[in-house]
Amino acid sequence: MSGAQPIATSAAPHAANGSVVELIDAVALIGSFPALAGATLRVERGEILLLRGPNGAGKTSLLRLCAGLLPLERGSASVCGVDLATERERVRAHVGIIGHTNGLYHDLTVAENVGFWGRLSSASSAEVSEAMARMGLDGRLAGVRVSKLSAGQRRRTALAGLVARRAELWLLDEPHAGLDADGRDELDRVLRAAAESGATIIVASHELERAGGLATRQVEVVAGQVRGGPR
Amino acid sequence: MNAGTLSVARAIARRDLLVEWRSRVVTNQVIPFAVLVMVMFAFALDSDAVLERVAPGLVWLATIFSVLFLTARSFAVETADGALDAMRSAGVNPMAIYLGKAVAVAVQLLVLDIALVVAAVVLYRADVSLGGGVLLVTTILVATTGLASVATLYGGLAAGTKGRETLLPLLLLPVVAPVLIGATRATESAFGTNGIEVSEGWPWLGLLAVFAVLFSVVGAVAFGPLVDE
Repeated sequence: MSGAQPIATSAAPHAANGSVVELIDAVALIGSFPALAGATLRVERGEILLLRGPNGAGKTSLLRLCAGLLPLERGSASVCGVDLATERERVRAHVGIIGHTNGLYHDLTVAENVGFWGRLSSASSAEVSEAMARMGLDGRLAGVRVSKLSAGQRRRTALAGLVARRAELWLLDEPHAGLDADGRDELDRVLRAAAESGATIIVASHELERAGGLATRQVEVVAGQVRGGPR
Repeated sequence: MNAGTLSVARAIARRDLLVEWRSRVVTNQVIPFAVLVMVMFAFALDSDAVLERVAPGLVWLATIFSVLFLTARSFAVETADGALDAMRSAGVNPMAIYLGKAVAVAVQLLVLDIALVVAAVVLYRADVSLGGGVLLVTTILVATTGLASVATLYGGLAAGTKGRETLLPLLLLPVVAPVLIGATRATESAFGTNGIEVSEGWPWLGLLAVFAVLFSVVGAVAFGPLVDE
Protein backbone atom coordinates (compact mmCIF):
# COMPACT_ATOMS: atom_id res chain seq x y z
CA MET A 1 0.00 0.00 0.00
CA SER A 2 1.40 3.38 -0.93
CA GLY A 3 0.98 6.34 1.33
CA ALA A 4 2.72 8.98 -0.72
CA GLN A 5 -0.10 10.02 -3.03
CA PRO A 6 -2.90 12.08 -1.57
CA ILE A 7 -6.31 10.42 -1.32
CA ALA A 8 -8.62 11.91 -3.91
CA THR A 9 -11.48 13.60 -2.11
CA SER A 10 -14.72 15.14 -3.27
CA ALA A 11 -14.23 18.79 -4.02
CA ALA A 12 -15.93 20.96 -1.44
CA PRO A 13 -15.29 24.58 -0.54
CA HIS A 14 -13.86 24.50 2.98
CA ALA A 15 -14.54 26.92 5.77
CA ALA A 16 -12.53 30.07 5.47
CA ASN A 17 -10.14 28.96 8.23
CA GLY A 18 -9.46 25.60 6.51
CA SER A 19 -11.15 23.42 9.16
CA VAL A 20 -12.88 20.29 7.93
CA VAL A 21 -15.26 20.35 10.90
CA GLU A 22 -16.27 23.45 12.82
CA LEU A 23 -19.04 23.22 15.41
CA ILE A 24 -19.94 26.16 17.64
CA ASP A 25 -22.46 25.59 20.43
CA ALA A 26 -24.15 22.93 18.30
CA VAL A 27 -27.40 21.57 19.67
CA ALA A 28 -29.05 18.47 18.19
CA LEU A 29 -32.14 16.69 19.45
CA ILE A 30 -33.23 13.08 19.32
CA GLY A 31 -36.95 13.46 19.90
CA SER A 32 -36.96 16.04 22.66
CA PHE A 33 -33.71 14.78 24.22
CA PRO A 34 -30.70 17.03 23.61
CA ALA A 35 -28.18 14.50 22.28
CA LEU A 36 -25.78 17.39 21.72
CA ALA A 37 -26.14 20.29 24.13
CA GLY A 38 -23.83 23.02 22.89
CA ALA A 39 -20.92 21.09 21.40
CA THR A 40 -17.96 23.12 20.14
CA LEU A 41 -15.27 21.40 18.10
CA ARG A 42 -12.79 22.13 15.34
CA VAL A 43 -11.01 19.44 13.33
CA GLU A 44 -8.28 20.18 10.81
CA ARG A 45 -7.50 18.28 7.63
CA GLY A 46 -5.37 15.18 8.18
CA GLU A 47 -6.19 14.86 11.87
CA ILE A 48 -7.22 11.61 13.55
CA LEU A 49 -9.44 12.76 16.38
CA LEU A 50 -10.57 10.41 19.13
CA LEU A 51 -13.92 11.04 20.77
CA ARG A 52 -14.03 9.37 24.16
CA GLY A 53 -16.71 9.37 26.79
CA PRO A 54 -19.27 7.14 28.50
CA ASN A 55 -22.24 5.51 26.79
CA GLY A 56 -24.95 8.02 25.97
CA ALA A 57 -22.58 10.97 26.18
CA GLY A 58 -23.25 12.01 22.60
CA LYS A 59 -20.30 10.55 20.65
CA THR A 60 -22.41 8.80 18.04
CA SER A 61 -24.77 11.79 17.82
CA LEU A 62 -21.79 14.01 17.12
CA LEU A 63 -20.72 11.69 14.30
CA ARG A 64 -24.27 11.63 12.92
CA LEU A 65 -24.51 15.42 13.06
CA CYS A 66 -21.25 15.72 11.10
CA ALA A 67 -22.58 13.18 8.57
CA GLY A 68 -25.71 15.22 7.99
CA LEU A 69 -27.91 12.50 9.47
CA LEU A 70 -29.02 14.49 12.51
CA PRO A 71 -30.47 17.98 12.08
CA LEU A 72 -28.79 20.94 13.74
CA GLU A 73 -31.27 22.53 16.13
CA ARG A 74 -29.22 25.53 17.28
CA GLY A 75 -25.69 26.87 17.05
CA SER A 76 -23.59 26.66 13.92
CA ALA A 77 -21.96 23.73 12.19
CA SER A 78 -19.85 23.53 9.06
CA VAL A 79 -18.48 20.26 7.67
CA CYS A 80 -16.28 20.15 4.57
CA GLY A 81 -17.37 23.73 3.91
CA VAL A 82 -21.07 22.84 3.94
CA ASP A 83 -23.35 24.67 6.36
CA LEU A 84 -25.31 21.97 8.19
CA ALA A 85 -28.02 24.42 9.21
CA THR A 86 -29.12 25.05 5.65
CA GLU A 87 -27.89 22.21 3.42
CA ARG A 88 -27.04 19.17 5.51
CA GLU A 89 -28.13 16.74 2.76
CA ARG A 90 -25.29 18.07 0.61
CA VAL A 91 -22.58 17.16 3.11
CA ARG A 92 -23.31 13.44 2.76
CA ALA A 93 -21.42 13.16 -0.51
CA HIS A 94 -18.24 14.40 1.22
CA VAL A 95 -18.47 12.26 4.34
CA GLY A 96 -18.26 8.54 5.00
CA ILE A 97 -19.66 7.06 8.19
CA ILE A 98 -19.06 3.49 9.31
CA GLY A 99 -20.75 2.26 12.45
CA HIS A 100 -21.42 -1.24 13.68
CA THR A 101 -22.14 -2.42 10.14
CA ASN A 102 -19.91 -2.18 7.08
CA GLY A 103 -22.49 -1.60 4.33
CA LEU A 104 -21.19 -4.53 2.26
CA TYR A 105 -22.84 -7.19 0.07
CA HIS A 106 -21.62 -10.53 1.31
CA ASP A 107 -22.31 -12.46 -1.91
CA LEU A 108 -20.08 -10.10 -3.88
CA THR A 109 -16.30 -9.99 -3.97
CA VAL A 110 -14.13 -7.26 -2.47
CA ALA A 111 -13.53 -5.77 -5.93
CA GLU A 112 -17.25 -5.82 -6.76
CA ASN A 113 -18.16 -4.12 -3.49
CA VAL A 114 -15.54 -1.41 -3.78
CA GLY A 115 -16.33 -1.03 -7.48
CA PHE A 116 -20.01 -0.54 -6.66
CA TRP A 117 -19.25 2.27 -4.22
CA GLY A 118 -16.88 3.80 -6.73
CA ARG A 119 -19.51 3.70 -9.49
CA LEU A 120 -21.92 5.62 -7.27
CA SER A 121 -19.39 8.47 -7.35
CA SER A 122 -18.37 7.99 -10.99
CA ALA A 123 -14.91 6.78 -9.93
CA SER A 124 -12.78 5.24 -12.65
CA SER A 125 -11.65 1.62 -12.45
CA ALA A 126 -8.12 2.92 -11.82
CA GLU A 127 -9.38 4.86 -8.81
CA VAL A 128 -11.17 1.77 -7.52
CA SER A 129 -8.00 -0.31 -7.91
CA GLU A 130 -6.02 2.38 -6.13
CA ALA A 131 -8.55 2.42 -3.28
CA MET A 132 -8.20 -1.33 -2.81
CA ALA A 133 -4.42 -1.13 -2.96
CA ARG A 134 -4.40 1.55 -0.27
CA MET A 135 -6.34 -0.72 2.04
CA GLY A 136 -4.17 -3.74 1.27
CA LEU A 137 -6.96 -5.48 -0.61
CA ASP A 138 -5.37 -5.88 -4.01
CA GLY A 139 -4.13 -9.19 -5.36
CA ARG A 140 -5.77 -12.38 -4.19
CA LEU A 141 -8.16 -10.69 -1.75
CA ALA A 142 -9.79 -8.63 -4.51
CA GLY A 143 -11.56 -11.68 -5.89
CA VAL A 144 -12.67 -13.14 -2.55
CA ARG A 145 -16.33 -12.93 -1.53
CA VAL A 146 -16.94 -10.71 1.48
CA SER A 147 -18.65 -13.61 3.28
CA LYS A 148 -15.26 -15.38 3.33
CA LEU A 149 -13.33 -12.44 4.83
CA SER A 150 -12.29 -11.85 8.41
CA ALA A 151 -13.87 -9.00 10.37
CA GLY A 152 -10.77 -6.87 9.87
CA GLN A 153 -10.72 -7.46 6.12
CA ARG A 154 -14.41 -6.52 5.92
CA ARG A 155 -13.72 -3.31 7.80
CA ARG A 156 -10.90 -2.48 5.37
CA THR A 157 -13.19 -3.24 2.44
CA ALA A 158 -15.69 -0.73 3.82
CA LEU A 159 -12.90 1.83 4.19
CA ALA A 160 -11.80 1.16 0.61
CA GLY A 161 -15.37 2.06 -0.37
CA LEU A 162 -14.90 5.43 1.33
CA VAL A 163 -11.68 6.00 -0.60
CA ALA A 164 -13.35 4.97 -3.86
CA ARG A 165 -16.17 7.43 -3.36
CA ARG A 166 -13.64 10.11 -2.38
CA ALA A 167 -14.99 10.73 1.11
CA GLU A 168 -13.09 13.59 2.67
CA LEU A 169 -14.13 13.08 6.27
CA TRP A 170 -14.27 9.57 7.75
CA LEU A 171 -16.50 9.08 10.77
CA LEU A 172 -15.82 5.76 12.47
CA ASP A 173 -17.92 4.49 15.38
CA GLU A 174 -16.03 1.84 17.37
CA PRO A 175 -13.92 0.76 14.39
CA HIS A 176 -11.88 -1.74 16.41
CA ALA A 177 -14.91 -3.62 17.74
CA GLY A 178 -14.89 -7.30 16.84
CA LEU A 179 -11.36 -7.29 15.39
CA ASP A 180 -8.53 -9.51 16.55
CA ALA A 181 -5.09 -8.11 17.34
CA ASP A 182 -3.81 -8.47 13.77
CA GLY A 183 -6.97 -6.89 12.39
CA ARG A 184 -6.62 -3.95 14.75
CA ASP A 185 -2.96 -3.41 13.85
CA GLU A 186 -3.78 -3.53 10.14
CA LEU A 187 -6.71 -1.14 10.60
CA ASP A 188 -4.53 1.35 12.49
CA ARG A 189 -1.91 1.14 9.77
CA VAL A 190 -4.35 1.97 6.97
CA LEU A 191 -6.01 4.74 8.97
CA ARG A 192 -2.67 6.41 9.67
CA ALA A 193 -1.72 6.15 6.02
CA ALA A 194 -5.08 7.60 4.98
CA ALA A 195 -4.67 10.56 7.34
CA GLU A 196 -1.12 11.16 6.10
CA SER A 197 -2.46 11.35 2.57
CA GLY A 198 -5.17 13.86 3.41
CA ALA A 199 -8.22 12.16 4.86
CA THR A 200 -9.61 13.56 8.10
CA ILE A 201 -10.76 10.91 10.56
CA ILE A 202 -12.94 11.11 13.65
CA VAL A 203 -13.09 7.96 15.74
CA ALA A 204 -15.57 7.32 18.56
CA SER A 205 -14.29 4.55 20.78
CA HIS A 206 -14.38 3.02 24.21
CA GLU A 207 -11.09 1.30 23.61
CA LEU A 208 -8.94 4.18 24.80
CA GLU A 209 -5.64 2.33 24.84
CA ARG A 210 -6.03 1.17 21.26
CA ALA A 211 -7.68 4.23 19.77
CA GLY A 212 -5.61 6.63 21.87
CA GLY A 213 -2.45 5.31 20.26
CA LEU A 214 -3.94 5.88 16.83
CA ALA A 215 -5.29 9.39 17.40
CA THR A 216 -3.37 12.59 16.86
CA ARG A 217 -5.72 14.34 19.32
CA GLN A 218 -8.38 13.36 21.83
CA VAL A 219 -11.42 15.11 23.20
CA GLU A 220 -13.96 13.96 25.73
CA VAL A 221 -17.68 14.04 25.08
CA VAL A 222 -19.75 14.42 28.24
CA ALA A 223 -23.46 15.15 28.42
CA GLY A 224 -23.60 16.31 24.82
CA GLN A 225 -20.68 18.72 25.14
CA VAL A 226 -17.07 18.48 24.02
CA ARG A 227 -14.29 18.96 26.56
CA GLY A 228 -10.91 19.92 25.21
CA GLY A 229 -12.78 21.30 22.19
CA PRO A 230 -11.20 23.75 19.75
CA ARG A 231 -7.43 23.78 19.67
CA MET B 1 -34.45 12.77 -13.20
CA ASN B 2 -30.94 13.42 -14.56
CA ALA B 3 -28.22 11.30 -16.14
CA GLY B 4 -26.54 10.87 -12.75
CA THR B 5 -29.69 9.37 -11.29
CA LEU B 6 -30.01 6.93 -14.18
CA SER B 7 -26.35 6.00 -13.96
CA VAL B 8 -26.63 5.24 -10.23
CA ALA B 9 -29.90 3.34 -10.80
CA ARG B 10 -28.14 1.24 -13.44
CA ALA B 11 -25.29 0.48 -11.01
CA ILE B 12 -27.77 -0.58 -8.32
CA ALA B 13 -29.79 -2.78 -10.70
CA ARG B 14 -26.61 -4.38 -11.99
CA ARG B 15 -25.40 -5.05 -8.45
CA ASP B 16 -28.74 -6.59 -7.37
CA LEU B 17 -28.73 -8.90 -10.37
CA LEU B 18 -25.10 -9.83 -9.69
CA VAL B 19 -26.01 -10.68 -6.08
CA GLU B 20 -28.81 -12.88 -7.39
CA TRP B 21 -26.54 -14.50 -9.97
CA ARG B 22 -24.10 -15.38 -7.18
CA SER B 23 -26.63 -16.54 -4.61
CA ARG B 24 -29.10 -18.19 -7.05
CA VAL B 25 -31.96 -17.70 -4.61
CA VAL B 26 -34.46 -16.96 -7.38
CA THR B 27 -33.45 -19.81 -9.62
CA ASN B 28 -32.96 -22.39 -6.87
CA GLN B 29 -35.72 -21.40 -4.47
CA VAL B 30 -38.29 -18.86 -5.70
CA ILE B 31 -39.00 -20.37 -9.13
CA PRO B 32 -39.24 -23.92 -7.74
CA PHE B 33 -41.60 -22.59 -5.05
CA ALA B 34 -43.84 -20.93 -7.65
CA VAL B 35 -43.93 -24.03 -9.86
CA LEU B 36 -44.65 -26.13 -6.77
CA VAL B 37 -47.64 -23.91 -6.00
CA MET B 38 -48.92 -24.60 -9.53
CA VAL B 39 -48.43 -28.33 -9.06
CA MET B 40 -50.19 -28.31 -5.69
CA PHE B 41 -53.15 -26.51 -7.25
CA ALA B 42 -53.26 -29.22 -9.91
CA PHE B 43 -53.38 -31.88 -7.19
CA ALA B 44 -56.02 -29.99 -5.23
CA LEU B 45 -58.36 -29.25 -8.14
CA ASP B 46 -57.77 -32.58 -9.89
CA SER B 47 -59.90 -31.79 -12.94
CA ASP B 48 -58.56 -30.86 -16.37
CA ALA B 49 -61.63 -28.78 -17.15
CA VAL B 50 -61.37 -26.78 -13.93
CA LEU B 51 -57.60 -26.37 -14.26
CA GLU B 52 -57.92 -25.08 -17.79
CA ARG B 53 -60.49 -22.55 -16.61
CA VAL B 54 -58.52 -21.28 -13.60
CA ALA B 55 -55.01 -21.51 -15.09
CA PRO B 56 -54.62 -17.72 -15.73
CA GLY B 57 -55.58 -16.86 -12.16
CA LEU B 58 -53.23 -19.48 -10.75
CA VAL B 59 -50.31 -18.14 -12.81
CA TRP B 60 -50.81 -14.67 -11.34
CA LEU B 61 -51.51 -15.90 -7.82
CA ALA B 62 -48.24 -17.84 -7.88
CA THR B 63 -46.51 -14.73 -9.27
CA ILE B 64 -47.84 -12.53 -6.50
CA PHE B 65 -46.87 -15.00 -3.77
CA SER B 66 -43.40 -15.15 -5.29
CA VAL B 67 -43.12 -11.35 -5.42
CA LEU B 68 -43.23 -11.41 -1.63
CA PHE B 69 -40.12 -13.61 -1.50
CA LEU B 70 -38.32 -11.63 -4.20
CA THR B 71 -38.95 -8.34 -2.47
CA ALA B 72 -38.05 -9.63 0.98
CA ARG B 73 -34.83 -11.04 -0.45
CA SER B 74 -34.04 -7.81 -2.30
CA PHE B 75 -34.17 -5.80 0.92
CA ALA B 76 -32.65 -8.49 3.15
CA VAL B 77 -29.49 -8.10 1.05
CA GLU B 78 -29.57 -4.37 1.78
CA THR B 79 -30.17 -4.60 5.51
CA ALA B 80 -27.92 -7.58 6.36
CA ASP B 81 -24.84 -5.37 6.73
CA GLY B 82 -26.43 -1.92 6.73
CA ALA B 83 -25.90 -1.25 3.01
CA LEU B 84 -29.18 0.62 2.55
CA ASP B 85 -28.32 2.90 5.47
CA ALA B 86 -24.83 3.33 4.05
CA MET B 87 -26.25 4.41 0.68
CA ARG B 88 -28.57 6.91 2.31
CA SER B 89 -25.74 8.15 4.55
CA ALA B 90 -23.60 8.64 1.45
CA GLY B 91 -26.26 10.86 -0.08
CA VAL B 92 -27.23 8.42 -2.84
CA ASN B 93 -30.38 9.71 -4.49
CA PRO B 94 -33.31 7.63 -3.13
CA MET B 95 -35.02 7.82 -6.51
CA ALA B 96 -32.01 6.06 -8.03
CA ILE B 97 -32.09 3.41 -5.30
CA TYR B 98 -35.80 2.85 -5.95
CA LEU B 99 -35.45 2.65 -9.72
CA GLY B 100 -32.43 0.37 -9.58
CA LYS B 101 -34.05 -2.06 -7.18
CA ALA B 102 -37.39 -2.00 -9.03
CA VAL B 103 -35.67 -2.82 -12.33
CA ALA B 104 -33.79 -5.72 -10.74
CA VAL B 105 -37.00 -7.09 -9.20
CA ALA B 106 -38.77 -6.70 -12.57
CA VAL B 107 -36.07 -8.66 -14.42
CA GLN B 108 -36.29 -11.50 -11.91
CA LEU B 109 -40.10 -11.44 -12.11
CA LEU B 110 -39.95 -11.74 -15.90
CA VAL B 111 -37.86 -14.89 -15.62
CA LEU B 112 -40.33 -16.24 -13.05
CA ASP B 113 -43.35 -15.43 -15.23
CA ILE B 114 -41.86 -17.23 -18.21
CA ALA B 115 -41.37 -20.32 -16.02
CA LEU B 116 -44.96 -20.07 -14.75
CA VAL B 117 -46.49 -19.69 -18.21
CA VAL B 118 -44.55 -22.73 -19.37
CA ALA B 119 -45.79 -24.59 -16.29
CA ALA B 120 -49.38 -23.53 -17.09
CA VAL B 121 -49.07 -24.80 -20.65
CA VAL B 122 -47.59 -28.11 -19.52
CA LEU B 123 -49.63 -28.75 -16.37
CA TYR B 124 -52.94 -27.15 -17.26
CA ARG B 125 -52.81 -27.61 -21.03
CA ALA B 126 -53.28 -23.90 -21.61
CA ASP B 127 -53.26 -22.99 -25.29
CA VAL B 128 -51.85 -19.75 -26.74
CA SER B 129 -52.50 -18.52 -30.29
CA LEU B 130 -50.24 -16.01 -32.08
CA GLY B 131 -52.52 -13.08 -31.24
CA GLY B 132 -52.87 -14.41 -27.73
CA GLY B 133 -49.09 -14.63 -27.48
CA VAL B 134 -48.70 -10.93 -28.24
CA LEU B 135 -51.33 -10.09 -25.62
CA LEU B 136 -49.70 -12.45 -23.11
CA VAL B 137 -46.21 -10.96 -23.57
CA THR B 138 -47.59 -7.42 -23.27
CA THR B 139 -49.57 -8.38 -20.17
CA ILE B 140 -46.52 -9.93 -18.55
CA LEU B 141 -44.39 -6.83 -19.27
CA VAL B 142 -46.93 -4.31 -18.00
CA ALA B 143 -48.08 -6.35 -14.98
CA THR B 144 -44.46 -7.05 -14.03
CA THR B 145 -43.65 -3.35 -14.14
CA GLY B 146 -46.58 -2.61 -11.85
CA LEU B 147 -45.78 -5.41 -9.43
CA ALA B 148 -42.09 -4.52 -9.25
CA SER B 149 -42.92 -0.84 -8.68
CA VAL B 150 -45.31 -1.38 -5.82
CA ALA B 151 -43.34 -4.24 -4.27
CA THR B 152 -40.14 -2.18 -4.18
CA LEU B 153 -41.96 0.72 -2.55
CA TYR B 154 -43.53 -1.43 0.16
CA GLY B 155 -40.38 -3.53 0.52
CA GLY B 156 -38.44 -0.37 1.35
CA LEU B 157 -41.11 0.70 3.79
CA ALA B 158 -41.09 -2.66 5.59
CA ALA B 159 -37.30 -3.07 5.47
CA GLY B 160 -36.60 -1.08 8.61
CA THR B 161 -39.48 -2.39 10.68
CA LYS B 162 -39.81 -5.18 13.19
CA GLY B 163 -41.77 -8.16 11.89
CA ARG B 164 -41.11 -7.14 8.29
CA GLU B 165 -41.58 -10.72 7.08
CA THR B 166 -45.25 -10.64 8.08
CA LEU B 167 -45.81 -6.94 7.52
CA LEU B 168 -44.88 -7.02 3.84
CA PRO B 169 -47.66 -9.44 2.77
CA LEU B 170 -50.19 -7.49 4.83
CA LEU B 171 -49.22 -4.26 3.11
CA LEU B 172 -48.69 -5.59 -0.37
CA LEU B 173 -51.43 -8.14 -1.06
CA PRO B 174 -54.41 -5.75 -0.86
CA VAL B 175 -52.65 -3.17 -3.04
CA VAL B 176 -51.83 -5.60 -5.85
CA ALA B 177 -55.43 -6.84 -6.15
CA PRO B 178 -55.99 -4.72 -9.30
CA VAL B 179 -52.96 -6.39 -10.93
CA LEU B 180 -54.28 -9.82 -10.04
CA ILE B 181 -57.67 -9.00 -11.57
CA GLY B 182 -56.40 -7.20 -14.67
CA ALA B 183 -53.61 -9.64 -15.46
CA THR B 184 -55.86 -12.65 -14.92
CA ARG B 185 -58.55 -11.31 -17.27
CA ALA B 186 -55.98 -10.41 -19.93
CA THR B 187 -54.33 -13.83 -19.60
CA GLU B 188 -57.71 -15.56 -19.88
CA SER B 189 -58.14 -13.82 -23.22
CA ALA B 190 -54.64 -14.80 -24.30
CA PHE B 191 -55.31 -18.45 -23.38
CA GLY B 192 -58.82 -18.32 -24.88
CA THR B 193 -60.24 -19.59 -21.58
CA ASN B 194 -63.99 -20.23 -21.75
CA GLY B 195 -63.98 -19.08 -25.37
CA ILE B 196 -63.01 -15.49 -24.52
CA GLU B 197 -61.65 -13.59 -27.54
CA VAL B 198 -58.14 -12.13 -27.56
CA SER B 199 -59.60 -8.69 -28.31
CA GLU B 200 -61.45 -8.73 -24.97
CA GLY B 201 -58.15 -8.84 -23.10
CA TRP B 202 -56.64 -5.60 -24.39
CA PRO B 203 -58.84 -3.22 -22.35
CA TRP B 204 -57.55 -4.86 -19.15
CA LEU B 205 -54.07 -3.71 -20.12
CA GLY B 206 -55.30 -0.16 -19.55
CA LEU B 207 -55.88 -0.94 -15.89
CA LEU B 208 -52.47 -2.59 -15.63
CA ALA B 209 -50.78 0.35 -17.37
CA VAL B 210 -52.42 2.92 -15.08
CA PHE B 211 -51.33 0.87 -12.06
CA ALA B 212 -47.76 0.58 -13.36
CA VAL B 213 -47.43 4.30 -14.14
CA LEU B 214 -49.08 5.36 -10.87
CA PHE B 215 -46.89 3.24 -8.62
CA SER B 216 -43.71 3.96 -10.60
CA VAL B 217 -44.22 7.69 -10.06
CA VAL B 218 -45.42 7.40 -6.45
CA GLY B 219 -42.60 5.00 -5.65
CA ALA B 220 -39.90 7.19 -7.15
CA VAL B 221 -41.12 10.20 -5.19
CA ALA B 222 -42.08 8.54 -1.89
CA PHE B 223 -39.32 5.95 -1.50
CA GLY B 224 -36.79 8.34 0.08
CA PRO B 225 -39.05 9.78 2.78
CA LEU B 226 -40.49 6.33 3.58
CA VAL B 227 -37.08 4.67 3.92
CA ASP B 228 -35.71 7.56 5.99
CA GLU B 229 -38.66 7.27 8.38
